[in-house]
Amino acid sequence: MTRLRQTPSQTVGPYFAYALTPEAYGYAAIAGNRPVTAETPGRHLVIEGRVLDGAGDPVEDALVEIWQADARGRYADAPGGGSADFVGFARCGTDAEGRFRFETVKPGRVPGPDGRLMAPHIHVCLTARGLLNHLFTRIYFEDEAEANAADPILSLVPESRRGTLIARRAHRHGALVYRFDIHLQGERETVFFEV
Amino acid sequence: MRSRIPFRPRDPASHPPMIHPDYRSTVLRGPTRPLVPVPQTLGDLTVPVYGHEAIGELDHDLTRNAARNGEPIGERIVVAGRVLDEEGRPVRRTLVEIWQANAAGRYVHRRDQHHAPLDPNFHGAGRCLTDEEGWYRFVTVRPGPYPWRNHANAWRPSHIHFSLFGPAFVTRLVTQMYFPGDPLLAHDPIFQAVPAAARERLVARFDLELTRPEFATGYRFDIVLRGPAETPVEAGR
Repeated sequence: MTRLRQTPSQTVGPYFAYALTPEAYGYAAIAGNRPVTAETPGRHLVIEGRVLDGAGDPVEDALVEIWQADARGRYADAPGGGSADFVGFARCGTDAEGRFRFETVKPGRVPGPDGRLMAPHIHVCLTARGLLNHLFTRIYFEDEAEANAADPILSLVPESRRGTLIARRAHRHGALVYRFDIHLQGERETVFFEV
Repeated sequence: MRSRIPFRPRDPASHPPMIHPDYRSTVLRGPTRPLVPVPQTLGDLTVPVYGHEAIGELDHDLTRNAARNGEPIGERIVVAGRVLDEEGRPVRRTLVEIWQANAAGRYVHRRDQHHAPLDPNFHGAGRCLTDEEGWYRFVTVRPGPYPWRNHANAWRPSHIHFSLFGPAFVTRLVTQMYFPGDPLLAHDPIFQAVPAAARERLVARFDLELTRPEFATGYRFDIVLRGPAETPVEAGR
């Protein structure tokens, strides 16, 4: 049997917010920027950053989506799986400064292609006006140097570019904050995956 | 647990390039370095699951889901189709989200400055889950074309935006559906960015079967997501 051909990708365009992140328009969202609740077990943290274009200017109309395992390394993907306290998926539209922010927990380690545990990471899907195809990347954590060094996916990334996938740790007003900027182009262009 | 079968790669002959200079916004936004190939791991092969509890009763009907004191103005249409994988199998119970301009070509979005009227009875966003056969169905009004500043006298053809997840995070698709015979398609750099042989897949076709007498004309738009890399074996093996 001949295979069907994939439907082509198109840009999300500049005007998705009233549909995909519609709280500001008075409509219920499928997902907000917190894939957890205050009761979710695990180390609570904030991930924040900016999306920047090749001129270093903020991308003010990007949609950042994250998908992650819970603190035990389990994905909430089965129907009825996950829990009221853990969705694992979140969305955030960038603001005029290109900023996004997620409040979540640190994911646990998940087995990789060879069965060994990967370093804790969060999957990212990025779309924006001007992106004809969505982009996949991953957020790793600065304070997991040992696990990062052994991670089977990071090891496929040229060493000089691995840093673009590492969120930098900072403490602010008692909250654990990780900084993760996404550079679409330029010297610090973020690594995007063919996956 | 759901399928853990890896998926076929994105087909470069089906998708637009990262940078298509005629669509100006791509020039500073499309990545310039090659994507780094990596194997699919657990997070790539899983996906958030939304059930019927996430979907409101009127979420699929854009002519009613924002109505305040009447019906939206415009040509009422049914837009329906099947979500399939490359093997032709239905993608079941997957979330389909759409958004569009109103019949005058105006988006509700706060940054849209096109001086066409807003419609007090039209928001322009909808969502639904596919059924057991992969069918989705929306009722809406046909969106108008609208001007943008990409180049002199630039107009986007009438289109409806689609967002889908499919069975895994890697099967995600964001795309746009167009209408048959639209003269603006030939002039639209976003549509034209798609390889020529694949463009027609983004154009819905008029469908008399979907057309509801005395109510709305019907348009059929099937969507094909990345399929399994190996021939799937039915559950229970």
